[in-house]
Amino acid sequence: MKRTEPLQLLEQESIRIIREAVAEAERPVMLYSVGKDSSVMLHLALKAFYPMKPPFPLLHVDTTWKFREMISFRDQTAARLGMELIVHTNQEGVRRGVTPFTHDSRAYTEIMKTDALRTALDAGGFDMIFGGARRDEEKSRAKERVFSFRNARHHWDPRAQRPELWNIPNLARNRGESFRVFPLSDWTELDIWRYIGREQIPVVGLYFAAERPVVEREGQWIMVDDGRMKLAPGERPHMKMVRFRTLGCYPLSAAVVSRAVTIGGIIRELERTRNSERAGRLIDFDQAGSMEKKKREGYF
Amino acid sequence: MKNGNGILRFLACGSVDDGKSTLIGHLLHLTGNLYDDHLRALEQESAQNGDNGGIMDYSLLLDGLTSEREQGITIDVAYRYFSTHRRHFIVADTPGHERYTRNMATGASRCDAALILVDAQLGVVPQTRRHALICALMGIRSLLFVVNKMDLVAWEERVFRGVEAQCGSLARDMERFGLLPADLTVVPASALLGDNLVSLSPGMPWYSGTTVMDWLNNISLWPGRAKAPPRFPVQYVIKVARPDGAWQEGVDEGMRQGTGIFRAYAGTVTAGSISQGEEVTVLPSGLRTRIENIWCGELPMTEARAGMSVLLSLEGEHDIVRGDMIIPGSDRVEVAHLFKVRLVWMDEQALFAGRRYRFRNLAGTATAEITRLRGKIDLSGYQRLEADQLSLNDIGEAELLLSRPIPFDPYHENRETGGFILSDLLSNATVACGMILHAMRRADTVRLQCAEVVPRERADLMGQRPCVLWFTGLSGAGKSAIANCLERKLHKLGRHTMLLDGDNIRQGLNKDLGFTEAGRIENIRRIGEVARLMTEAGLIVLTAFISPFRSERDLARDLIPAGSFIEIHVDTPLEECERRDPKQLYQMARRGEIPNFTGINSPYEAPEKPEIRIDTLAQPCEESADLVIRYLIAHNLL
Ligand SMILES: Nc1nc2c(ncn2[C@@H]2O[C@H](COP(=O)(O)OP(=O)(O)O)[C@@H](O)[C@H]2O)c(=O)[nH]1
Ligand SMILES: [Mg+2]
Repeated sequence: MKRTEPLQLLEQESIRIIREAVAEAERPVMLYSVGKDSSVMLHLALKAFYPMKPPFPLLHVDTTWKFREMISFRDQTAARLGMELIVHTNQEGVRRGVTPFTHDSRAYTEIMKTDALRTALDAGGFDMIFGGARRDEEKSRAKERVFSFRNARHHWDPRAQRPELWNIPNLARNRGESFRVFPLSDWTELDIWRYIGREQIPVVGLYFAAERPVVEREGQWIMVDDGRMKLAPGERPHMKMVRFRTLGCYPLSAAVVSRAVTIGGIIRELERTRNSERAGRLIDFDQAGSMEKKKREGYF
Repeated sequence: MKNGNGILRFLACGSVDDGKSTLIGHLLHLTGNLYDDHLRALEQESAQNGDNGGIMDYSLLLDGLTSEREQGITIDVAYRYFSTHRRHFIVADTPGHERYTRNMATGASRCDAALILVDAQLGVVPQTRRHALICALMGIRSLLFVVNKMDLVAWEERVFRGVEAQCGSLARDMERFGLLPADLTVVPASALLGDNLVSLSPGMPWYSGTTVMDWLNNISLWPGRAKAPPRFPVQYVIKVARPDGAWQEGVDEGMRQGTGIFRAYAGTVTAGSISQGEEVTVLPSGLRTRIENIWCGELPMTEARAGMSVLLSLEGEHDIVRGDMIIPGSDRVEVAHLFKVRLVWMDEQALFAGRRYRFRNLAGTATAEITRLRGKIDLSGYQRLEADQLSLNDIGEAELLLSRPIPFDPYHENRETGGFILSDLLSNATVACGMILHAMRRADTVRLQCAEVVPRERADLMGQRPCVLWFTGLSGAGKSAIANCLERKLHKLGRHTMLLDGDNIRQGLNKDLGFTEAGRIENIRRIGEVARLMTEAGLIVLTAFISPFRSERDLARDLIPAGSFIEIHVDTPLEECERRDPKQLYQMARRGEIPNFTGINSPYEAPEKPEIRIDTLAQPCEESADLVIRYLIAHNLL
């Protein structure tokens, strides 16, 4: 591969970002959401610290509504790499019966994801927190720094971001303050897949098309992953050849109809598609500027 | 992927409302880089906000923050990614508002090209000039001025030519200031309607130059970084105990075997390239050793080039830490703690000399003090003005003293090792970004005294303007003769003068100095300091020394207030000097009796832009002296 090729440049810059954050961190952690971006980020971390294990644990905020396949993939990955994995669930939320079916997606996200994340970060005292977000995902993400300052309550202030010059981040911080670090900021969805192909990075099988049980809701294909999903009267799951472009909680992640069963197939599909990645993410559309709002409060 | 042209990072800048966000959004659309669902959302939103009568408001694609959409302005940089058949692009859409200059600088700092938008109705405004200057200071070598909103001036060529001329004069001011972009183009366009973005506009048949997209596709990436001298700042030290430390699964057994600790240095090659087996120096310790192995991820390699994030192991056991700089043996890098720098001030609280900040660059952090402000840059003509403070968004020059010496390169040679940031020691806020111009070797222990009588008052009492007339040239060129003659003339005119010459300096003040390189540099430094003191005393100082090295003369120049240092090149050819040979020095040098004799076995670096050049073959001393006097009168110094 030629040195000037985009993937090569992106890879080298991401490695640099990961090392910089760890060098300045007291307690770094990597948010591992089990998706394709997390897989790439973890792969880059392995490269950044080779031959040493990345000197931080992985953290997964488990809402208990993730696809079952994601959970087994997560545990296998941590075991295969011999890395520490912290799994955090908002037990209080579980006890109160907060689910994607009983609560609207905004309340659900706030309690089961944002609250849970803040609690887990406080518990670990983490000060540099890696996330796999990319700027091409969403308009407010496009505005965020690579090293993004968070106050002691994990809030983001988009109107007063620190300048970020050259490759010299200002990571000075006081007690309790932290940085979210996004090594994949400059990657696009296609870059991610081309890199997964080039490096043969393992990803969850849900990204590849297969016959899966789905129901149609508001024009979106929702997969019935387990018996907890309540079906409307007359609603019956049927098998359809689908895959996921983005993975979250199964009742909130819509599948796309697809025949792409290989990485090459996915890349060809993406090169032709007319729809954006997050078109299938239900939680992004619950109100205008919703991603920004969630991010301000501490969500990724 | 067919685009082997790498990634071009560029920004859109210019004053508020000149159409930056609209242009980027429209460009994304016209190059087929927008998804249908985004386009549908945009159509809806345009209709809702619709002050454009059914025309799409592409700026909504970029202005992604709620407050931006509410206020209809861009507050922070938005990054977008797109590609054409030629290359990949990362574009930073930056805010035009003066208040958010720090965010514009953020966007500019990593770019190689800039689109500077100008509203055809308004022409070049101060904010255009501020952004153009920041781009140039940041080292952006390709600038495209987009004269936008041509639809609102009836596509008139006359209007475009007018703005084009303003851009031309901006470029000339920039050149006079000493900054010159490699590539500067002006194009008329309508960001809103799409004219001249990807295809030539039928509405402007009089224009047949490049379109915005053609320009982006075709400008060449500056190879500066690959060609600059190699640098490897240590970013992180990797240590793993053998045999059972925190090794990754599947690491080669050979690596883990044995006892002790595996130790290697992670970092990014910021310029040039480094190779396995190469001898290196580690700064600031000066330790010399050799590169044993290089890895990129798990792949062993023999060479690592600029931009690569690699891991190095070195021969022997050493104490090397984050912030140290590894450089190949034959190369030299400067280490210093007093610098002349340029600053873009980003804090509400003004900068004033004497305050302390936290300095940070690739070599780590240090405490910094601005010892002296060397003026701010006025936007209307890019002139250096005297200033005693820098306020929010001002751009200026200053002297910066660090608590410890650091390895560095001047910014124009290497962006990575020449750029830095300053932050507030208490609030941690970033207060400035800066670029190192060069090191200064002024004694840092002697602090400026608070003087009751200022230099200006002393000079006023003498009724004159002090300055330094610095004669440089080969031995025997005629420096002393002309300087003597000139001093006599000035004296007759009633001016208070002092001539510093080999005779009165080398025998006394500098008699402890030899003719080694260090001795010669120190010689010039002291002369510069003495000259400065004498100008502060109000005198017109004439110096007559060979002063063969450009860097030393610049050192002296930097000690003297801007405009008061007049470099006079007595430009007599070597053959003529050798023919004159008044002290038979050339004869001796030719016989090898004088080491380091300028012109024979040591170089003379002629000034590139002396204030005055004198051709002694063309005229006698008298006339040369008159030439200098005419210069002084013309520049209000006499
Ligand atoms: N008529 C006309 N209006 C334009 C043009 N380009 C931008 N505008 C309008 O100028 C305003 C400011 O544009 P915007 O892109 O937000 O400017 P920015 O502040 O430079 O990003 C918006 O109302 C645009 O619709 C143009 O070429 N012609
Ligand atoms: Mg804008």
